[in-house]
Order: sequence, then C-alpha cells, then structure tokens
Amino acid sequence: MMTERGITPSQTVGPFFAYCLTPEAYGTRGIASSEVATADAAGTRIRIEGRVIDGAGEAVPDAMIEIWQADGEGRYPDHAANAAFRGFGRAETDAHGRFAFTTVKPGPVPGADGSAHAPHIAVSVFARGLLNRLATRLYFEDEPANETDPVLARVPAERRATLLARRTAPDAYAFDIRLQGEGETVFFEI
Amino acid sequence: MSQPPAGVERRAYPRESLAAHPPNDAPAYASTRLRAPRKPLVILPHTLTELTGPVYGHESVAPGENDLTTRHDGAPLGERIVVTGRVLDEDGRPVPHTLIEIWQANSAGRYVHANDRHDAPLDPNFTGAGRVVTDASGAYTFTTIKPGAYPWRNHHNAWRPAHIHFSLFGPSFLTRLVTQMYFPGDPLLALDPIYQAIPDAAARVRLVSDFEIETTKPEWALGYRFDIVLRGRAATPMEDPHDD
Ligand SMILES: [Fe+2]
Repeated sequence: MMTERGITPSQTVGPFFAYCLTPEAYGTRGIASSEVATADAAGTRIRIEGRVIDGAGEAVPDAMIEIWQADGEGRYPDHAANAAFRGFGRAETDAHGRFAFTTVKPGPVPGADGSAHAPHIAVSVFARGLLNRLATRLYFEDEPANETDPVLARVPAERRATLLARRTAPDAYAFDIRLQGEGETVFFEI
Repeated sequence: MSQPPAGVERRAYPRESLAAHPPNDAPAYASTRLRAPRKPLVILPHTLTELTGPVYGHESVAPGENDLTTRHDGAPLGERIVVTGRVLDEDGRPVPHTLIEIWQANSAGRYVHANDRHDAPLDPNFTGAGRVVTDASGAYTFTTIKPGAYPWRNHHNAWRPAHIHFSLFGPSFLTRLVTQMYFPGDPLLALDPIYQAIPDAAARVRLVSDFEIETTKPEWALGYRFDIVLRGRAATPMEDPHDD
C-alpha cells in the first residue's frame, strides 16, 4: 500500500455519520458543534441559517456542514478546543435541509501581500451522494469590501450572488446551498 | 488588521495530487445524480483561510475512545480487530497530533443510526463510533469489530463492501479528508460504485487495508494496517508569495 506515493482518495460521508460526527441527538458530544463562538467571544454575535437543496429543489436532510472562520479581528485561532472562539463549527441538516450556526462576524483577513480580503467564512459540505467534500465560501451581502475581494473577483459575476449571505435581521444572515440546478452555489477547487 | 499567525507557512499545496479523488459526477452511484454540482469548480487560490485550520489535540478525546469494544457493559459480537497505521503527508512526513474520527456498522452490517433500515440485529454492546489523536510519529490505533457488509438500494442486489468511515483534519482546511477503509480480498469491491468511482486503480487500492500478522494479537484480535496520506506542501516555498 505504501509503495505508491499519492494522497488517500476521498469517499462519501454516507448517510450514517451523525452518531459519530454530530451526535447530540444520540446523547453524546461531538468534537465540535454549531456554536462557533460562545457568548464570551469578542465581536458582533450573529446567527447563520440556511438550507441545503438538491437538483430537484428538494431538501437534503442528511448533510453535514462545517465552517471555518477568523474572529472579529480577522485572526484565525491556533487551537479549536476550550476557547470562547473556536473558529470551527459543525452542523447536520434537519429533515427540512436546514442548518444553523451561532458565531461572530469575521473581520477582514490579511492576504499575502498585506491587502485585506472581505470578511468571509469557509464552508464545507458533506453528504451521501457527494464523493468529495464540496468547498464554498460565505460572504456578507452588506460588506462594501466585497467589491475588491480577489476571490469574489474570480467568480463569474452572474454567479457571485450565490456566495452572499442575506441579512435577515440585525444579527442574522441566511445562506442557502444549492448543490445542483437553478442557482447552483459556486463551489471551489481548493 | 492582523498579520498571519506565526508558524503559518507559505509553501504551496500542489493541486496535481487532487487527481486521486473520484469525480463529483459518478452516475453509477445513484445519489450523485441530484446532488453532484454540474457547473465547473472555480479555482480558489490558497489564502490564509485555507492554509489554517482547526486544531484538535489530545484534550478533545477521552481515554479509551479508540477502543470501540469497551464502550458498553459487555463485549460486542463479531471478529475483534486492531486497525493501526500512520497519517502522513504526500512527501512522507508524519502528521502528528491530528484528530481521527471513525464510524462503522456492527458485525451484522447494521448501523446504530436511526435511519438504518437494514433487517440485521443491533448489538447492545456496540455503538461503532471512535476517536483518536495521532502521536508524534503520526501513528494511531483503533480496536474494534470487523464491520459486516450491508445492502443498499443503489441498484439491484447492491451490497457495500465491509468498510470503516474515517474523518481526518490534518494541519489545514485543505487537508480535511473524509474517506472509507476497506478490507483486503473483499469480492464486493469490484462491484461497488463508491469505491470504483475512483478512476485511478493505484489510488483506489490505497483505501484497502493490509492484513498484518505483526499487528495481529495472539489469542485476541486480527491486525490490519491502514496508512492515510493527506495533501502536503511542496518542499520549496511558493515562488510568488503574492499569488493569493
Ligand atoms: Fe457506510
């Protein structure tokens, strides 16, 4: 097996991951939850709610969403456990395809050349039927910095809106993920 | 605005290694048909967001979570096995102190999951979920029960080969991997559209563990070796540090 150089290929998470990866309904705690930041974390506390939808417009009730983000000052945590701000969250979709996270709004993140990238959250989607983790990004529709963000600039203009979370309340954003079909979310090769 | 945290290296992760993965669109695996994206992926340059990632150390895992056979009052039914290996990057460097989560069916091929409708018995002494953190050399060990094959409705008379689901983080958002470990000599591998979705035969066999007599424990458990190779950084720094 190890005579071959090369990475281990991906396989689907399948339909039965919940009792290990998102096990709250099974009475045990996973390594992560949908709470990315506790009430003690500095920054603007927000809630992110969304749905995962398939190519027929139906809810995807067995997906897992993971998010990774910087804190309110644009800093990534160097440790995810036992902190007010973990930077990492994990949620399963419910029977209606819905997921939700509580976190703080990330600040602008530094690029390699010192420029600032618009506030964003890295999103991974795992589900039965997905042989690979799908990677996308959540941006905030009310951020002027989106105009100059170098990653958004790479996305065809007519598809950019799929990456913009809509502000639905002073402290809430909506971000739906369409796996396929009309309004298909932009997914990235990372 | 803050600077990149100390220790965030700026060496590139090569993209060529992604060729090992299956395509998203694999029609023989029926669940891909309404779920696989149809539009081309947009190439994302690796920024600080991708070069960092969550770190879960030993405090995330309780002692004994790598032994799936001792989580209940009694011993589970089935063939006791030890699964051990190392987590490496593609240049052969160990990936130390990284979290591995596993889940699997019991010896009868039944998952604890509430939606598993397979008419096979649950085992009150087996849940089938485990966690471990690799040691300084990237090594890990689980003790568990060999999972049974189970039927699924992908096509007529479809059965998944026996497998253990693995989830790993590695050092960055880019190295995140969810995969499945299979067992050597399983006749169902040739018929499995999930395993066969991997186009490169050399990549595919990396998912098949090796039986190892040295890992096998006398009078106790059969041993299997499963090394896992995550994406790695090129040996030299990125040529253009502004390319993000
Ligand atoms: Fe499975």
